[in-house]
Amino acid sequence: MSFGREHDLHKRRKGRNLGLGLVLISFVAIMFGLTVVKVTEGNFAAALAGASRNE
Amino acid sequence: MSEVSIDRLYSDEPEFSDYFSLLKPRVMSLVVFTAIAGVVAAPGSIHPFVALVSIIFIALGGGASGALNMWYDADIDSIMSRTKSRPIPAGKISASEAKSFGIVLSAISVVMLGLASNWLAAFLLAFTIFFYVIVYTIWLKRTTPQNIVIGGAAGAFPPIIGWAVVTGNVGFESVLMFALIFIWTPPHFWSLALFMKNDYDSAEVPMLTVTNGRRSTRNHIFAYSCLLAVVALAIGFSSLSGPFYFLIAILFNVQLVFSAFKLWSRSEPECIADNSLLERKFFKFSLLYLFVHFAAIMIDSQINMTWLGSLI
Repeated sequence: MSFGREHDLHKRRKGRNLGLGLVLISFVAIMFGLTVVKVTEGNFAAALAGASRNE
Repeated sequence: MSEVSIDRLYSDEPEFSDYFSLLKPRVMSLVVFTAIAGVVAAPGSIHPFVALVSIIFIALGGGASGALNMWYDADIDSIMSRTKSRPIPAGKISASEAKSFGIVLSAISVVMLGLASNWLAAFLLAFTIFFYVIVYTIWLKRTTPQNIVIGGAAGAFPPIIGWAVVTGNVGFESVLMFALIFIWTPPHFWSLALFMKNDYDSAEVPMLTVTNGRRSTRNHIFAYSCLLAVVALAIGFSSLSGPFYFLIAILFNVQLVFSAFKLWSRSEPECIADNSLLERKFFKFSLLYLFVHFAAIMIDSQINMTWLGSLI
């Protein structure tokens, strides 16, 4: 099934996809931030340095 | 298939905002605010990011219980004018989808709160969701006119959870904050029931207005308001309080008892004549009342000066 022009349905689905994308990005940011806080007492610079050492 | 029929077929497809409204954002704002008060007032400190994440997942847990409430109450929500535009009765989201959404978000919020802060806070959040969904929504709401009184406990837990996030235990002061919301809830919702009377009648929800009548509801509002004033003023003598809270508590509790007395002393013809003006005012005032009390608790906790301490 295809629509000849942009339908209202497309807008709603685009809004849902964008919203879900933002939620997922926020969740990743929360997990990353929590990991940094728990592992390095909130020192982001140390966390990034540690990450580069592991490489 | 013509575009007109496609329009009909997909006209009810949900938007992102429909899923968000399943979380009852207005109720969630109260949960967030009182949970923040618990975090701020608690002795000790935690990393600000942990505090932020904890508040987010407490809010998510509150929202998840709201979605489960909408799933179970879909039948009566479709009858009441106040709730019939919610996503399930509006046909945007199916009841089973709302149930799955609520269960998944409940699990995520509890596990994430446990990982971010501690497992006591996570347990308290899980218990709050259980209490709101099972005890209030499924068991009490449709069986007893005391539904609001007991069910109100669910809305009173967030400051205890916030306190537990910081301290890892349940302190006496957090129980006082719980008591403030617990006693505040019945008169707040009974005043709503006084001016949304047809809603609860037609949905056959045994609100006090339906089972005991409007006169009895006014009596209850006045009695609970007096009790609330006692609790709020008693907090003024605890370590949660300072001069700012004490001043706020005196001003707002005098106003509360005065407003409740006016509601109690008025007749139904007067109420009909002004389209429940005082009842609506009382409902709005009670929202402000709770906000300023918790704001004062937070401000005084930062001033770090207890009223009794300054006297000693």
